[in-house]
Amino acid sequence: MHSDLVISQTDGRPMYLQIMEQIRQRIAVGDWEQGKEIPSIRQLAVSLRVSVITVKRAYMELERDGIIVTQQGKGSIVASDPKLGAKLYDQELDKHIDRVAQLGELLGLTPKELASRVREASDRLTKEYS
Amino acid sequence: MNDVSVHFEGVSKIYPHFTLDDLSLELPTGTIMGLIGANGAGKSTTIRILMGLVHQDRGLVHVLGREMPREQAAAKLDIGFVSEDMRLYGSATLAWHMNFVRSIYPQWDQPYAETLLRRFDLKPRQKIKGLSHGQRVKAALLLALARRPRLLVLDEPTTGLDPVARQEVLGELMAVLADEDRTILFSSHNTLDVEQISDQITFIDRGRIIASDNKEVFLDRWRRLRLVLSPEADLPSLPGVVEIGGSGRLPVLVTNRFDPAMVSACNDAGATVQAVDPMTLEEIFVVNVHSRREKQTV
Repeated sequence: MHSDLVISQTDGRPMYLQIMEQIRQRIAVGDWEQGKEIPSIRQLAVSLRVSVITVKRAYMELERDGIIVTQQGKGSIVASDPKLGAKLYDQELDKHIDRVAQLGELLGLTPKELASRVREASDRLTKEYS
Repeated sequence: MNDVSVHFEGVSKIYPHFTLDDLSLELPTGTIMGLIGANGAGKSTTIRILMGLVHQDRGLVHVLGREMPREQAAAKLDIGFVSEDMRLYGSATLAWHMNFVRSIYPQWDQPYAETLLRRFDLKPRQKIKGLSHGQRVKAALLLALARRPRLLVLDEPTTGLDPVARQEVLGELMAVLADEDRTILFSSHNTLDVEQISDQITFIDRGRIIASDNKEVFLDRWRRLRLVLSPEADLPSLPGVVEIGGSGRLPVLVTNRFDPAMVSACNDAGATVQAVDPMTLEEIFVVNVHSRREKQTV
């Protein structure tokens, strides 16, 4: 199975964290569907040219977080937990909100002004869909 | 099936000007081990003993379940060995070499050999003496890989390769590991290569193993801490400190037993932690070597 993950040598974070983050994103956007098989540890290691132990570590941590399920001798699948997607989107949302808060600070907006801007954006979206 | 492909126990070899001292190491089947050391540290001697080319004075060596050097003939059927000084016949072509190796090793995999020719961009009709250094290394690697050995032993496989050839070679080594019954041991002074593909890492210096562990453990436990001491505070004593640098109130510590709890312990002791830097394998290796050498001379 071909994977399109990209490991950066100049990214300061350890490789296993980069792998974890990209797998989360793949799952969050639905590229890797719930309950579906994902590349085996060895397959992914070979295609990324990183050591087996690094990919194994990423998979173990993802399993501990309840994102994937590894079955002995059968490979790994994306967990079928229905709240999984929401959990991931939630993390994604937090990241964006942090960014919004930073930009607000930069522009000198008060939390109240910031909140009303978010409300406006939300209203616009509701109108578009109604 | 053996779970351990290479096993060294208390191996020593004494030369007039160099001693390999009490070497013990274990390489689990299905993994890659990178042997890192400066020039003259003992990497090649270790590999030669493993191959039965040099006989140890003391200690036990088992490779693929065979006792070395006694059973080296049987062991070598399953070992692919590539070293820098590997001699190919200059006036013969690569195709001639392929036929030659094929006639000796019944497991030779011709379709795989042809795939490797394409991937490595090698021409079988070309004579060895007309090849560049990189092409020679790839040719030697092809001859070893196409035998489908259970153990690959590579002495400095990426030394002197251009970036494209290096990636081709590393990619092919990883492809070997797709089969979990195969094992690779390679030596290098290029820590970047080792960091990228190794599962196990062994540091060797002045004929001794100074550290051997799985790569994730190395990268997790080694940290550089940059501290700011408050005027009345002393340098807190932390576990596993290998090196203390920096100056006066701005010390820089390297520890090999990092634990996130250390940060709050430091802060409580009046030493503000400014930064916790992860370290590359190269930095870990250099600090390791320096601190050991200092201890030896004291």
